[in-house]
Amino acid sequence: MRHLLSTEQLSLENAIQILDTAQEMSAVGEREIKKLPALRGRTVVNLFFEDSTRTRISFEAAAKRLSADVINFSAKGSSVSKGESLKDTAQTLEAMSADAVVIRHWASGAPAQLANSGWIDAAVINAGDGTHAHPTQALLDAFTMRAHWAKLAGTSSVGADLSGMRVIIVGDVLHSRVARSNVWLLRTLGAHVTLVAPPTLLPVGIEHWPCEVSYDLDAALEKGVDAVMMLRVQAERMNASFFPSTREYARRWGFDDSRLAKLDALNLKDTIIMHPGPMNRGLEISSAAADSPRSTVLAQVRNGVSVRMATLYLLLSGEMRQSHAPSPLPSVKDPS
Amino acid sequence: MTNSSAEYEAVQQNSAPLTVSRVVLSAGDIERALTRIAYEILESNKGSANLLLLGIPRRGYPLAQRLAAKLAASDPGIDPAAIVGQLDVTMFRDDLAQHPTRAPQRTELPVSGIDGKTVVLVDDVLYSGRTIRAALDALVDLGRPRVVRLAVLVDRGHRELPIRADHVGKNLPTSSTEKVRVRLSEIDGGSAADDQVVIEAGA
Repeated sequence: MRHLLSTEQLSLENAIQILDTAQEMSAVGEREIKKLPALRGRTVVNLFFEDSTRTRISFEAAAKRLSADVINFSAKGSSVSKGESLKDTAQTLEAMSADAVVIRHWASGAPAQLANSGWIDAAVINAGDGTHAHPTQALLDAFTMRAHWAKLAGTSSVGADLSGMRVIIVGDVLHSRVARSNVWLLRTLGAHVTLVAPPTLLPVGIEHWPCEVSYDLDAALEKGVDAVMMLRVQAERMNASFFPSTREYARRWGFDDSRLAKLDALNLKDTIIMHPGPMNRGLEISSAAADSPRSTVLAQVRNGVSVRMATLYLLLSGEMRQSHAPSPLPSVKDPS
Repeated sequence: MTNSSAEYEAVQQNSAPLTVSRVVLSAGDIERALTRIAYEILESNKGSANLLLLGIPRRGYPLAQRLAAKLAASDPGIDPAAIVGQLDVTMFRDDLAQHPTRAPQRTELPVSGIDGKTVVLVDDVLYSGRTIRAALDALVDLGRPRVVRLAVLVDRGHRELPIRADHVGKNLPTSSTEKVRVRLSEIDGGSAADDQVVIEAGA
C-alpha cells in the first residue's frame, strides 16, 4: 500500500497494523519530549482545497511529532484562486520534492486522481474528498471504539478488532464521507453497523452497503447499542430542502437531552457518544450530550494525532506490505 | 505485522536444515552466561542501588527479565518486576528508509523513571552497534540516566560505530555473511531447554 485513499480496500491486517502502531504513537503524546526522529528530513505537504480545523492541525501535529517538515497549503490565497489546475499545483509540489501529500478536496476522487495519474511520486493521503471518503477519520473513530471496547472487556487493545460491537451512525449520511469510510472500516473490523437517517438523507444504492438502515433513532437505541456516532448536518452541501425544519430534525434525529436520559433508562451505561466535529450544538447533538462523560469528542481529536502519526510513519518509513507478499524482511540481526 | 514476521521466521526455521548451521550456545550455556553477567552487573554497580535493566525488543526484553530474576536471587532486596523495562528503538533507527516498515514495539519504563539511575541496556546480539546508537538516542528523550551500560548475550563483531559492550555472554568471531540466530522460549515458543544460539552460513 503506497497511498491511503479509502477504507474500502484496506485489508484487516493493514487496518489492525495502523491501529496498533497508533497505540504505540499515543504513548509519545504523554511523554515530556513529544517527538520522534523517524521521519527526519521528509517533507509532508498539507494540500487543503476545503476548510478544515482539526484535520489539518492534526496532520500538522502528527508530521511534526515525527520530525517531518510540514508545508501547509490552502487554496485560499494561493494560485488556485487564479485558476491553476490540480495537476499544475501537484507538480509544483513535486518539484519541491514532497514525500507525502495530504489532500483535502471538495471533489470526490481528487486524491485518487492525484495518486493514480502519475503526476507525482509522493504518497497520497486522503484527508477528505467531497462526499466520498475520509479514511483517517474512520481510523481514529475505530481507534477510539477499540480502546473503549478493550477497556470494557478488560483486555489489551493491541491486535484486537471490533467484533460484536454495535454501532449506530445517525444523521446526514447522504453528504457524509465520514459515514462512508466508517461503514467500510467497521465492516472490515467486524462491528455491526446501523445507519439511522431521514429517508431524504440516505444515498441511492444504500441497500448494497454492508449495514442495516433505519429511519427511527429511538427504535435503534432500544435495540441496544455500544457506540452512537452523530454526523454533522452539512448545511454547506445542502442545495435542496432535505427536511422541513431544523427543529423537526433535532426532535427526530438529534441526540437531545431526552435521548441521553433514555440511554440511562435502557441501562446502556457503557454506550459512548461520538461526533467527528465540528458540532452543530442543539441540532444533531445537544450540549448536555456533547459534554457528558459518555462523549468521546475530545478523545477522538486526541486519537486523531496518533492515528495520523501511524499513517504517515507506515506510508513513509518503508513500504506497507500486504500480508501474503513474501517480501524479504531483514534477517533477525542484520541491522543491529 | 507480528504475524507476518512470525510466519517469516517459521519459514526460516523450516528452511534451516538446507543451510549449514551450528549451535554455539546451548540452553545451559545461555543460563551460565546470564548468571555471570548478573554478577558482573552487581559488581560494577557496587550493589543493586539505582539499578535498572532495559531490554531492547524483541529478544533483549526476555533476557533483561531473566537477568533481573538472577539479580533478585542473589540480592533479596530487589523486586525483579520493578527494575525491568522495555525500550523500543524502532523510531530512532537510521535505516528506516532502507528497510520495509518496522512496526514499533511498546516502550515500558519502570515506574521509578530513569533519571539518575544506572541503566543497563540488554540485547541479544551486538553487531554493527546501530541498534545501541538508536537506543542511546531513545534514552535521551526519556530522561537522564547517571550511567548507561550495555549487556549482550553475543558479540559477533563487525562494529560500524564506536560502541562496546560492558558485559558480554560470549564473543563470537563471525563472517558478515553468516547469520546469528538466538532462540528464546519467551519469544519463539517451545521449552526453555530448547533455547540456543545458532550460527548459520550465509546463502
